[in-house]
Formats: sequence, C-alpha cells, structure tokens
Amino acid sequence: MVQLQEVTFDELKHLVSDRALTGETMLLNMGPQHPSTHGVLRLMLELDGETIVNCVPDIGFLHTGVEKNMEAKRYEQAEVMTDRLDYLNTIGNNLAYCLAVEKLVELDVPPRAQVIRVILTELQRIASHLIWLGTQSLDLAAMSMFLYCFRERETILDIFESVSGQRMMTTYIRPGGLWRDVSGEFVQLVQDFLEYFPKRIEQYEGLLTKNPLFIDRTKSIGVISAEDAIARGFTGPSLRGSGVAYDNRKVRPYSGYEEYDFEVPTATEGDVFSRYRVRMDEFWQSLRIIEQGLEKLKELDGAPVRSSNRKFVPPPRSEIGTSMEALIHHFKLWTDGYNAPKGYVYFPVESPRGELGVYLESDGSNKPYRVHWRTPSFVHLQALPILSKGHLIADLVAIIGSVDIVLGDSDR
Amino acid sequence: MNKKLETAIQAIRKGYDVDKLTFRGEHSLLVSPAKVVEICRQLRDNFGFNMLSSLTAVDYWPASDPRFHVVYQLYSIEDNITLRLRALVPGENPEIPTIEEVYPNANWHERELWDMFGIQINGHSDLRRILMPADWEGHPLRKDYPLGYEEVQFSFNAEEIDKKKPYVKE
Repeated sequence: MVQLQEVTFDELKHLVSDRALTGETMLLNMGPQHPSTHGVLRLMLELDGETIVNCVPDIGFLHTGVEKNMEAKRYEQAEVMTDRLDYLNTIGNNLAYCLAVEKLVELDVPPRAQVIRVILTELQRIASHLIWLGTQSLDLAAMSMFLYCFRERETILDIFESVSGQRMMTTYIRPGGLWRDVSGEFVQLVQDFLEYFPKRIEQYEGLLTKNPLFIDRTKSIGVISAEDAIARGFTGPSLRGSGVAYDNRKVRPYSGYEEYDFEVPTATEGDVFSRYRVRMDEFWQSLRIIEQGLEKLKELDGAPVRSSNRKFVPPPRSEIGTSMEALIHHFKLWTDGYNAPKGYVYFPVESPRGELGVYLESDGSNKPYRVHWRTPSFVHLQALPILSKGHLIADLVAIIGSVDIVLGDSDR
Repeated sequence: MNKKLETAIQAIRKGYDVDKLTFRGEHSLLVSPAKVVEICRQLRDNFGFNMLSSLTAVDYWPASDPRFHVVYQLYSIEDNITLRLRALVPGENPEIPTIEEVYPNANWHERELWDMFGIQINGHSDLRRILMPADWEGHPLRKDYPLGYEEVQFSFNAEEIDKKKPYVKE
C-alpha cells in the first residue's frame, strides 16, 4: 500500500558539483544508521577520493509532529511532549516551555522554585555535556572516555530520579513552579556530586587535552569564523568556540541567573578543539552556579515552590478537603485548564547546545494556537556543509560531534 | 524601550508604512511579503540585527486574506535587542520571497515553511521537503490538515471503515 517513490538524480543535481555528473567524484550515503551520526541523520557525501567536496544533510527521520500535537493539547498537557524533543536536555526543555507559558499568562514563580530550577538545569547541562564528551571521544577512538562519562551521568540521573521519580522524562518543572518540593536527600546528593565531579573533570582533561592523538584530530578541523557563525545562526558553545561571548543566561537572564556569579568561557580558533575547550570550561562554570544555588536554597528552606495564583496552579491536596474554593479550582484546572490571553511570545533560553527558543501563540482558548521550537541542533546541522568542505571523511565524524547535535531536537 | 530599537522601528515604520503590535514587551511589525527582503536587509545593515533567531509561520484558517503570518525573529548581538517581523500572506497561492541572501540560515527554516505550511518560497536555492518524506502529500501544520488518529470501529460505522482500509482484509 505504501508506494516508494524514487528520488531522481535531476532533483539532486543542484546539490552536487558538475564533476559528480561525469562520474569523476563519487556520491556516498552516510547514515541514517551510522554510529557516528549521533542518531538518525543521513548525509549524502560527494567525495573526491577521501576528501569531501559536498555534504548534503538529510533530516526528518525522527520527526514526530510534536508542534502539531501540542496544538491539540491544553497548556499543562502539552508540556509532557517537551521532554521528548531534546532527550538529553529534558529539564531545559520543560524550563523553556514553562517560561514561555508564564510570560504569556503573567504568572509568578516563587524564589525557591527559581533556585531549584537553576540547579537542575545546570545539572542537566553537565549531563548533556558528558554525553557529548563521551560520544565525541568515542568517535575519535578514545573508547574508555565513553564509559567514564556515562558513569558520571548516571549519578546526575539518580538525582533527577530522587526529585521527580523519573531518570529522563521528568516533566518536573511546571508553569508556576515545580511539580513538588525536592526530596530530603536532594541537597546531600548534589553536594556529593559537587565534591566528586571536579576530580573527574581533571581526569578527562588529563586524558584528552594534551593527548597528541586527540589534538591532531581536532585542531584546525571544521573551522568557522565569528562572522560566518553569526550569519549561520550559531549559538551556544559552537558560537563561543569562535570567540563570541553570547550566552542567553547573561544577555537575557531568566530564572534569576542575573544573581549568580559565573563567566562565559570562550575560545578563539573556531575549530573542533575550541568547541571542546569551551564545553570543558562550562563544566566548571556550571559547578560554580550549582554551588551558589545550594547556598541560596539553605536560606529558602520550607518556602513554597508553586505560585499561589490559583487560576493557573492547582491548590495543594491538604486544602481541597477543607476549602470549597480550592475544590472548585482543582476541578476547573484538571478538567478545563486555563485560558491564556490572546497574543504571542518568544522565549529563548540557553540549552547545552545553544539557543532554545519557544514561540508560543494563543488565540484566547485553553490550548496553544501555535508552538514553534527554535532548536539549536536544526540550525547547527544546516552549517555542516560549510564546516566539512575539504576535510576527510574521518574528520567529518569529529565535526558532527563538535557541534553536538541531537536529532530529536532538530526533527521535532 | 531601548533607544536603538526605537530608532529602528521608527525608521522602518516611516519608510514602509507598517503597523506595530506590542505584547508583553515584545514588538512586532506587520509587513507586506513583497518588502520583507528589503526590510531585513535594512535592519541588518543599518541597525545591527545580525542574527535570524527563528523563522516560522502561523495559519489563521479559515481566514483567507491574510491566512498566514510568516514570523521572523531578528536579534542584534551587539545591542541585545529583538524585533519580530510578521509578513501577511494570503491563503490563495501563498508565496513569499526568500531572505536567504540576507540571513543564510533562513535556508532550512524556509524549507520547513514550504514543507509544513505549503508557502511557496520564491528564489529559494533548494526548495525540497525537509522534515516530511519527499513524496508526502499535504502540509501538516496547516489548520485544515487533520491531526491523524485511528477511528474506532463500531457496528454503526463498520462498513465505512472497512471501505477506507481494504488492505486489512487482504
């Protein structure tokens, strides 16, 4: 019943050079099942020997129609799907969506919830960078790094499990605050991690940073200048690797990031090694932010973690038994949700990969009229042809790893 | 409002006679699709909007003119200001010129517009579907495109569903 349609050579002619038409260069498919494409990414390569003449990325294998689905769900229901977009930055996706909803309906978030949000997103950033470090090193044949990184990531996922009951798809951050307060062991778990992790970063640096094999494979590979990077819409570590200190946490602070003392690491070369350098430095900055967050958390012990605005946030269970009004609010919110005022907002946050922007439009009903995810992976993948032109296939693997793509993020 | 943003908005409003909308401190200019390239180039060259953050569209079906709003989110790294352009595109033969030459990263975003909304991008260098398969019919993010689901078969509609799915009994 499904008719497979052949893509003719004529349709692809404008993507390859004339030499491909005469058979002088070779066309080769890489992926969508290739282990080094970090997911289901297909690249059509035009090769001259082993040198890349042209590279045409083909995405969409992981397209799940999340944007369309969200239009059919109420605001609080749609949030469940945000975790599934960028599956290495689940807390960050929740945060971006919740901040957009909060901006749309003008909802306040109590300070304790803000601090916990920051701690969790920074932990998530470390977890995501660990996956990047592990896979990038694995691609460059440093097998043991992969195992170390996954071991460390597991301790972070344990923290998520202790607060939300889920390792990955947490949906823990909710519009107006959090699902519930953190568990009693949370502070201790994070403190243990803070104590244990710095030594690990030093070990990783010892294994890679001065390793001649690693340097040979990463220096002067996949270079992009600052102007080109901006024109191509680069954000996050990929842009900071080219020397532009652009970080949404600094320029458009959210969740109280302006109260934290941290730096935005940059590197100047714009190659694979620079992007490696930036992410490694970001480990330290994230640890700094978490440490400050724990300090703030001490002062806010016992403070509420959900907004008291009952029009948007359901009342606590204890109130429902005694207050008629609370019962009505509870019933109203779980059957009908809330109506957002007519309008549209765009909220960008700093995900581990770059700028994650949520465009949210409301027509005045209880469901979002349109949700668009501006995802960093989508934008960065687009620049793969420029980054890889003239390099060897083996270097392409390093370049894909260095822009840190997640296909769930780009295909949505 | 930021001084630089104000001058940029005023200059565009004066030059092109466009309306401005403000919601939650975000400013949007309603522009005509024919002028989009020109306005983008001006904003980039004269007012420092060097980055295209996001490009998407919204479908207001059953409204027909304009049916679509194409939304451009522009950002200036130097001045840290954002400005949104909304191009009003009619429902019949929707088309808009490409802004690829001003912002190269519009390429894939515009392919997504074509794929998801069926808006023809004039002058685009590589207008193919991007997220949906190459042989897909229809444009999924249009409001008149149903959100697909399996209809449950009861005795009253059994025959109707059988008709739609002859392959089930093959």
